Amino acid sequence: MTRLIQGNQACALGAIAAGCRFFGGYPITPSSEIAESMARLLPQNDGVFVQMEDEIASLASVIGASLGGVKAMTATSGPGFSLMQEHIGYAAMAEVPCVIIDVMRGGPSTGLPTSPSQGDVMQVRWGTHGDRPCIALAPHSVKEVFDLTVEAFNLSERYRTPVVVVYDEVVGHLREGVDLPATVPTIDRSKPEPGLDPYLPKAVSEGVVAPLAAFGDGYRFHVTGLTHDERGFPTTDPTRAGALASRLQNKVDGSFVDMVESFMLDDADVAIFAYGIVARAAKEAIRLARSEGIKVGLLRPIALWPFPTSSVHSVAAQVDRIVVAELNLGQMIGEVERASGGLAQITGLHKADGSPISPQSLLEAITNRIEVAS
Amino acid sequence: MTDVRKYLREWAMPTVLCPGCAHGTVLHAFLDAVDEMQLDTDKLAMVAGIGCSSRLIGYVDMCTLHTTHGRAPAFATGLKLARPDLEVVVITGDGDGLAIGGNHLIHAARRNIDMTVLLFNNGIYGMTGGQVAPTTALGAKGTTAPFGSSEAPFDPCKLMTGAGASFVARALASKPQVLKSVIVEAVTHTGFSFVEVMTTCPTYYGRYNGIGGGSEMLAWLNRQDDSVAIALADKRSVDHISIPPIMTGLPTGVLHREERRVFTGRVSA
Repeated sequence: MTRLIQGNQACALGAIAAGCRFFGGYPITPSSEIAESMARLLPQNDGVFVQMEDEIASLASVIGASLGGVKAMTATSGPGFSLMQEHIGYAAMAEVPCVIIDVMRGGPSTGLPTSPSQGDVMQVRWGTHGDRPCIALAPHSVKEVFDLTVEAFNLSERYRTPVVVVYDEVVGHLREGVDLPATVPTIDRSKPEPGLDPYLPKAVSEGVVAPLAAFGDGYRFHVTGLTHDERGFPTTDPTRAGALASRLQNKVDGSFVDMVESFMLDDADVAIFAYGIVARAAKEAIRLARSEGIKVGLLRPIALWPFPTSSVHSVAAQVDRIVVAELNLGQMIGEVERASGGLAQITGLHKADGSPISPQSLLEAITNRIEVAS
Repeated sequence: MTDVRKYLREWAMPTVLCPGCAHGTVLHAFLDAVDEMQLDTDKLAMVAGIGCSSRLIGYVDMCTLHTTHGRAPAFATGLKLARPDLEVVVITGDGDGLAIGGNHLIHAARRNIDMTVLLFNNGIYGMTGGQVAPTTALGAKGTTAPFGSSEAPFDPCKLMTGAGASFVARALASKPQVLKSVIVEAVTHTGFSFVEVMTTCPTYYGRYNGIGGGSEMLAWLNRQDDSVAIALADKRSVDHISIPPIMTGLPTGVLHREERRVFTGRVSA
């Protein structure tokens, strides 16, 4: 059955399908429909919804619920996402699975609350202090919001790490007809066998993470944001501290496969690099350009982080030029330049005025071979 | 007192606490209470923030969650709502719970979530080196108030009563048997229970304010308590009490108790 729903509703439905049974959140435009949808859906699915006192508390409650063995998430926008940074680091350090939705609006500060932006993409990667792994997924359609919310839960359970789904206000409020599956493939965190003595919550023997027990299920263990050993107990020993930092980073970067969409790239001389709603405009611009005989394609990162370095490098080896289009003043373009290694010319189309990038302006950026300022 | 070693992670010791600190006595009283209530430690979750008192949970053999500065009540809220079968006890300090974490503490009280908060009040930031706290007495010295604090302190129990806590008590580290009984009542109470535990920081508060070391500070706590009790019995104001710099000048014991609807997060759709 085809349903007409908005991106934020698809997000909530994806979360429920993925097995999310706890939501702790705080109202903020343009993400509030996610909280409102969860407030309705969770009680109908034997789950718990709580509106917390702020975004700091929201993510704290989510981490607490997850340690109780329940899949949990929160949703916010830029100002609230800024407040969540400390706990994103905590969840990464303590290795607690959780999902954070960031529906981007114009910034900095209160900025443009009801307008789209892609200004948070570097904050997603680097917002919290210290080194840590980062997984961030960037849907560009209503259906993909559903799919990637499910994927975010699966990745977070698999890697024992917070996963961010990041999309702009247009994708959040866009309404499209979608067919949603009745069930989806889900991954649940691995749990320790009973009877271990001792249970070491941070000792990896196989796979990329240690099995995670839930509080109350029989194992008594310690969880901390301090640098810790395999028992989860604080240590300042440089060998152990270094090993933990490397393991956290490598568990994701060492096994994560680029998530990208290649659109009409096979014969392309020019590639557009775009994500979120800008990728929708890019596909239209490509159709317009190709009707004029210009061979253009799109490389769309589905996971912004880990950055799809090898995919970008391959495209750079093929095309003359990559046009990076973003609703910010130039954030991912630095990563594209790094990954391209000088193999292609990189130009940018950037704006941060609260309005989307149109297919026409992208077409101009492709055909004029000039850097277009907003 | 019972032998509480069965509740401890002795392999994690020695503790981070200074010689003379009364926090260990408070922990012992808590473990005595756990033993008296025969709580199932598999189902006992302790959640703490950042600071000396919060570090205590690392040494107890329970489900222990050492979180971020001030946010323990919010972590505990999520845990309790997701797992109502757990007994949840939050350990926090006066800076952790009342300054950076004040917002979370009052909202947990307002919701009347079925959990217990033990707030260790030593009137100062110990772990970071003796800075003044929202509980530092007017005139008392700390490293960020070398000429004496010029701010009015909180009355944590009044704050929590006003915020909606359904059980509020104050007890002293210097009277551990009374403290244990208060903790038993707090944990047994259904709803949000708040216990302000007056404890000591000889390293900073005692030293900077000329009170002395660990044992002198315990005697000083008792002297405050006795003076307040006498003043209240005589229906006099406690303002005249001359034990500078007194930390609360406020009564101890169970100060507020009510039956109130508990928030569980479970609603019928």
